[in-house]
Amino acid sequence: MTEATAPMLDVRNLEMHFSLGGSVLDRLRFGKKGIRLDRPVVRAVNGVSFSIERGEIMALVGESGCGKSTVAKTIARIYKPTNGELRIDGEDVAEHDFAQMLPVRAKMQMIFQDPYASLNPRQKVRDIVAEPLLQQTATAAERREVPAKIEALLARVGLNAEHAGRYPHQFSGGQRQRIGIARALSVMPGLIVADEPVSALDVSIQAQILNLMKDLRDEFGLAYLFISHDLSVVHHIADKIGVMYLGFMVENAPRDVLFSRPRHPYTRALLSAAPSIKEKRDKEEIELVGEVPSALSLPSGCCFRTRCPFAWDRCAVERPDLHDVGDRQTVACHLIDEPERDVA
Amino acid sequence: MAGKAQPKLLEVRDLRTYFHTFAGTVRAVNGVSFDIAAGEVMGLVGESGGGKSVVGFSILGLIDSPGKIEGGEIRLNGEDLVKAGEARLREIRGREISMVFQDPMTSLNPLHSIGRQMDEVLRLHSDLDVKTRHAACVEMLENVGISRAEERLKAYPHQFSGGMRQRVVIAIALLARPRLIIADEPTTALDVTIQSQILKLMRRQIAKKGASMILVTHDLAVVSEMANHITVLYCGNVVERGRTRELIEAPAHPYTRGLIDSIPDLSNRHERLQQIPGTVPDIRNLPKGCNFRDRCPRAQALCGEVEPSLTAQRGSLSAACHFPLRPGKRA
Amino acid sequence: MTAFFQSEFFYNYRRSSSAMIGSALMASFALAVLVGPFLVSQNPYDIAALDLMDSYKPPFWLEGGDPRFWLGTDGQGRDVWASILYGARISLFIGLVAMVASCAIGTLLGLVAGFYGGLVDSVIMRIADIQLSFPSILIALFLMSAVGTGIDKVLIALTAVGWVVYARTVRGSTLSEIEKEYVQAARVAGLPNSKIIRKHVLPNVLTPLIVIATIQVGTFVLIEASLSFLGVGVPITQPSLGLLIKNGFDVLFSGLWWTSVFPGVAIMMLVFGINLFGDFLRDELNPRLK
Repeated sequence: MTEATAPMLDVRNLEMHFSLGGSVLDRLRFGKKGIRLDRPVVRAVNGVSFSIERGEIMALVGESGCGKSTVAKTIARIYKPTNGELRIDGEDVAEHDFAQMLPVRAKMQMIFQDPYASLNPRQKVRDIVAEPLLQQTATAAERREVPAKIEALLARVGLNAEHAGRYPHQFSGGQRQRIGIARALSVMPGLIVADEPVSALDVSIQAQILNLMKDLRDEFGLAYLFISHDLSVVHHIADKIGVMYLGFMVENAPRDVLFSRPRHPYTRALLSAAPSIKEKRDKEEIELVGEVPSALSLPSGCCFRTRCPFAWDRCAVERPDLHDVGDRQTVACHLIDEPERDVA
Repeated sequence: MAGKAQPKLLEVRDLRTYFHTFAGTVRAVNGVSFDIAAGEVMGLVGESGGGKSVVGFSILGLIDSPGKIEGGEIRLNGEDLVKAGEARLREIRGREISMVFQDPMTSLNPLHSIGRQMDEVLRLHSDLDVKTRHAACVEMLENVGISRAEERLKAYPHQFSGGMRQRVVIAIALLARPRLIIADEPTTALDVTIQSQILKLMRRQIAKKGASMILVTHDLAVVSEMANHITVLYCGNVVERGRTRELIEAPAHPYTRGLIDSIPDLSNRHERLQQIPGTVPDIRNLPKGCNFRDRCPRAQALCGEVEPSLTAQRGSLSAACHFPLRPGKRA
Repeated sequence: MTAFFQSEFFYNYRRSSSAMIGSALMASFALAVLVGPFLVSQNPYDIAALDLMDSYKPPFWLEGGDPRFWLGTDGQGRDVWASILYGARISLFIGLVAMVASCAIGTLLGLVAGFYGGLVDSVIMRIADIQLSFPSILIALFLMSAVGTGIDKVLIALTAVGWVVYARTVRGSTLSEIEKEYVQAARVAGLPNSKIIRKHVLPNVLTPLIVIATIQVGTFVLIEASLSFLGVGVPITQPSLGLLIKNGFDVLFSGLWWTSVFPGVAIMMLVFGINLFGDFLRDELNPRLK
């Protein structure tokens, strides 16, 4: 059994680039050197590596445009990765075609951000929830068991059988998110990719959904890749956390290590900016200036240097790699080599 | 209350704003009262469907059909805005009360340059000449942290990023030196590092100009960092209000307690979050008695019979609850 | 059925006078073309029923009018009222059939272009662009002169003109639909493209087409009338409203105005009714206005 040792998800140097452009006519450029075809490329994900064990919750945090959702959708193979390895349960699926992916989809499902847009308004709840399951059932006998399974799933996520015949618009945001969770759960996957699953919900509902997701993890031994922009949510649910900026992983650490000893200036800035209902603690204040650069033209050297309060000339030349700093914490910052520069 | 009685800038009394839709009457705001003193920042907090945005729109006189202000008073320096005509309201909007919305593009005109839009506010609401107006615009842009202001005045909204646009909107809102700013989820669409920049900026500018602010938001954490007082809405009613720290640390209403406990916080980690069970009731079909009773851990028979009214509790707090919480006790 | 009468759609319909007037006009035309021909005494295309002695009778309220022909008669002694009822039948038939054909073809092409993109998309949409850069009446005229006249030829010409608007609309909605999370969820569920299009994209791009289809019937009635007026439309044995106008037009300036004015008024009321109702549908079905 080699698979018993393989992590549920193992991502190596994942890259996802999108070429913009539309039709040939739109991309024509008339310059001094004559006519040429413009080929703008959005570098959304630039070599991200991490792995998730069975039953483990890994979170990716970062601000909009950092590529965390693209990572999620690439792993779910909504997109085909530009480069890199993508191993699900030991099997590299990066190059899989539609037919090869089908059995993999029984091991990996996804929960989406928007409880309104993620359910087809013209399908009944039972059809929505059954959709992934029906792709995995081959025989008529298996198909006959589907309705009973759907009913059990709905009950498990806190809905009842009577809800199965209704349409999505008859539910509140939290209930819709439960429907989305039941859909992902229907094939009993080992991995669920959850793309900002609670960010569209009210805070009291958010707590319900987070608790449900945790319970399901304990019950079924699920592994989650949990995408979020909200550090406090991530702190609550994740076992380990990767911080992303402009398509790069800048820091990766177990939760308690990351929160008690953040090393990358961007992680520190995120922590200092997070609003809190508690009276101001004695926390580090790192205020970032400016805004995230465009993924169409990445800065040279370190991706974060344009906003980093510590940046110096080395940062513009040399792109920092992820360094292991102990306690399973890795950081991509030149400050690790030159800690004397770490003075605000 | 504090020792000296501060003059009230805005008094809202028993405000009722209803929407008459096909599916029934939505009592979005159903008897809301509060005061705001000069220089005060008040947080108006609640979940979606709580009616918090409708309160803001009602004060601005921006309720369109099928909505209607059915009753109550909104007194700005004693003048009742509910009875004021559209012409007077237009005069008040921008000069005395200005607004900042969640999506900056809804308040910026994509066809005009930033400079023109800023100038327009001053032209309408002041008697300054062209040169002074221009100087005021430049100064205001610099105040909100936009460099090369002179040059940026000629730019159009689409040339700015989301955070920059929100800065421009704040600059416009502050231009005519209004006495009250209504900010409706001003940072909800922004990233957390940008949010903290904008919140700092708003706090500084408001203090500098001596304006008051109503901060409408779902985010208790943001409110607790910004506001002096907090008013909590649930199903169109005020369920609790009081000074920020008192209310956050020991709320009297179980709903407020539930909201606070639902927030995952960085400094403490429970294995499970406290959750408020159930969902917000259908606002067209509210239960008899207390609106919160179906979700409330303290509900008793009385709560199903009599709707509680807002009564004074310990300290600065008042809450609409028959069985208010005591400090130190959990819900 | 009771559910419909209690729906928000019906509630708003009862509050919109333009919708009521529009649908009343449409309904009376539908009734007129369905049962009208059975109510008039004369079949204007049965030569045996015509009497040249009755030619060019004015409407009954004018001097020389005949109460049998209350809107007057034309040069062959045909009752103008009966001609309108028979003509409206042909006009509406052409409008409806051409609309259904355009809608089917345009929707299919739009779905394919939007979903698959790339070269297929470019080819389909460039053809659509070229098509749109000519006035539709010109294209129809050109086609008619190439394939000849007749009701079937008119249908071909109108469909060739009409598919573009569906293709463009459906392509646009398809592009926004396939970005939606439920389509991505279907991909993650492992659905093949054909099923994604059928179950998730198609049902959600149809709503805006209802409005286009309604208004297009009116447009087609007008185009067909223009073609017939120009003499390249329906044959003389199956006169539509447009052909009636043309026939009367020859004698319009001899004071025999009723032969062309009444069919003209009929077309105007039909298209006006369709457009009024179409506008109501547009407001009602557009989620952005809600």
